[in-house]
Amino acid sequence: MSVSIIKAGVLDTIQDLGRYGHQHLGINPSGAMDKYSMQVANALVGNKPGEAVIEMHFPASVFLFSKPATIAVAGGDFSASINSDPVPHLHPLIVCKNDVLQFHKPVSGARAYLAVAGGFALTPWLNSYSTHLKAGVGGFQGRALRKNDELFFRKEFNHTIKKNGYTVLPWQADTGFGDTQKEINVLQGTEWNRLTTGSKENFTMTSFVITQQSDRMGYRLNNIPMPVMTNEELISTAVSFGTVQLLPDGKLIILMADHQTTGGYPRVAYVISAHHSRLAQLQPGDKIRFRFTSQLKAEELFMKQQQHLLQLQNACKFRLEEYFHEAGS
Amino acid sequence: MQHSQFPYWFYPLGDAAITIDYGNRIDEQLNREVTAGFMQLQQKALPFIKEIVPAYSSLTVHFDMAAVHKLSGGIQAAEWVKGELEKVLNQSFFSDESLSALVRIPVCYEKEFATDLQRVAIAKKLSVEEVIQIHTSATYRVYMLGFLPGFAYMGTTDERIAVPRKPQPVNISAGSVGIAGRQTGIYPLASPGGWQIIGKTPLHLFNAAAATPVFLKAGDNVQFYSITKKEFDQLSHGI
Repeated sequence: MSVSIIKAGVLDTIQDLGRYGHQHLGINPSGAMDKYSMQVANALVGNKPGEAVIEMHFPASVFLFSKPATIAVAGGDFSASINSDPVPHLHPLIVCKNDVLQFHKPVSGARAYLAVAGGFALTPWLNSYSTHLKAGVGGFQGRALRKNDELFFRKEFNHTIKKNGYTVLPWQADTGFGDTQKEINVLQGTEWNRLTTGSKENFTMTSFVITQQSDRMGYRLNNIPMPVMTNEELISTAVSFGTVQLLPDGKLIILMADHQTTGGYPRVAYVISAHHSRLAQLQPGDKIRFRFTSQLKAEELFMKQQQHLLQLQNACKFRLEEYFHEAGS
Repeated sequence: MQHSQFPYWFYPLGDAAITIDYGNRIDEQLNREVTAGFMQLQQKALPFIKEIVPAYSSLTVHFDMAAVHKLSGGIQAAEWVKGELEKVLNQSFFSDESLSALVRIPVCYEKEFATDLQRVAIAKKLSVEEVIQIHTSATYRVYMLGFLPGFAYMGTTDERIAVPRKPQPVNISAGSVGIAGRQTGIYPLASPGGWQIIGKTPLHLFNAAAATPVFLKAGDNVQFYSITKKEFDQLSHGI
């Protein structure tokens, strides 16, 4: 049981929730850019939330399935089709032998997640399947997927198939990431007070465009250079996903999934965990506004998301069991 | 046994991490305390901690917010984690670096590997030989790893050969040995970088396939010794 790449996407990689426990060695966690949507995809196929998935950018790969499998796509909607028939986003799907999954246009979002029931048969590196692109290790051979790659599944599809041809299961996750929400909540950065009053106002009042020089490592913004009140050098210290740094040229960068473990640039703000998902679904050309919030609100929003995910996981498990039971398998 | 000798304070690194900050300076005694704190926390293996990142003068703890909420009994996660960290740090701990190694690293300082060596010599009004002699006669402490898998920030480079990093990064090959001010380091992977490159080592500071993928760790002591191009090639093939 496997899926092959008939045509390679621009950047499709195996990712999971990240590789933790080794940042003290300079090994950054990698992982899915939008971990929320990754977990939605896994929920839809009845996987545990951290199971490895394929993270796709648009244009995505064209996939050929060698055997039946339960799959799902969540996160960005790239207008999927099976054998050229459009299939709806955020539904579990049963594909058959020789079915072709492809994606036609980026309707919304920047990263889509393909989950397969039971996950992929890959060798983890340091307990994670995430691809570390810089080091060339993890995931599938430490790199983006290429034409003719074949990814094996860990589990056989051993249900009775109700009919010939692919099936769209009749329920949808009620949590897509929705409209591209461009308001990003932040907490004040440790070096926020290095900014001049003018820069601080600029930070909160302006919409910033995400420039083309943006990728899994970070998003560079097109702000007017922000002057600071001191150039005192910052000794290297830890940074995180969502840290907004001020570079020497006065421009801002938001660190994303492939960020380095430590840095020495002033940190002016931190994007809250609950907004990492919407941030990950933005791309060059999109505009964002920063809004300050509190630790309390940040935690509330995150826990709400977690609860929603848990409910989704339970609901999907139940529906899948019911569906396959009725099929007599 | 000893208690914390240096004052510290906490600051949030976003909503899911806390940094224990000892100040903004490079100081060997201070760094020993950071390394000891790191080992202490690692040993405790607190279940809600995802990651502990020691740096020159700080220690950052990334926590699992959902796991903390189950344990914190309604207290705000960040506050609760801070309390738990304080408990650990206030305990006596053993600042034990008996596990740290003295590592001797071979470096070829010949021209084809040492793109900036001449420039450093000229800038500091020394001969190339003198720069090499000064670089190889010190014992450096590994203060922290960061920036790339296996990149060790080492100090303290002798003032006589300390040159600031370049204003613009260039492409640097794996194994390159560099200087940036009072720090010295080795690029484990090819990367853009701004450090002044004075030589190259045939050793793999990062090897994904190895049981311990990273060669150095915070607290190790490093000495460099000069090798010829021929020895470099021999060592490269032997590894």
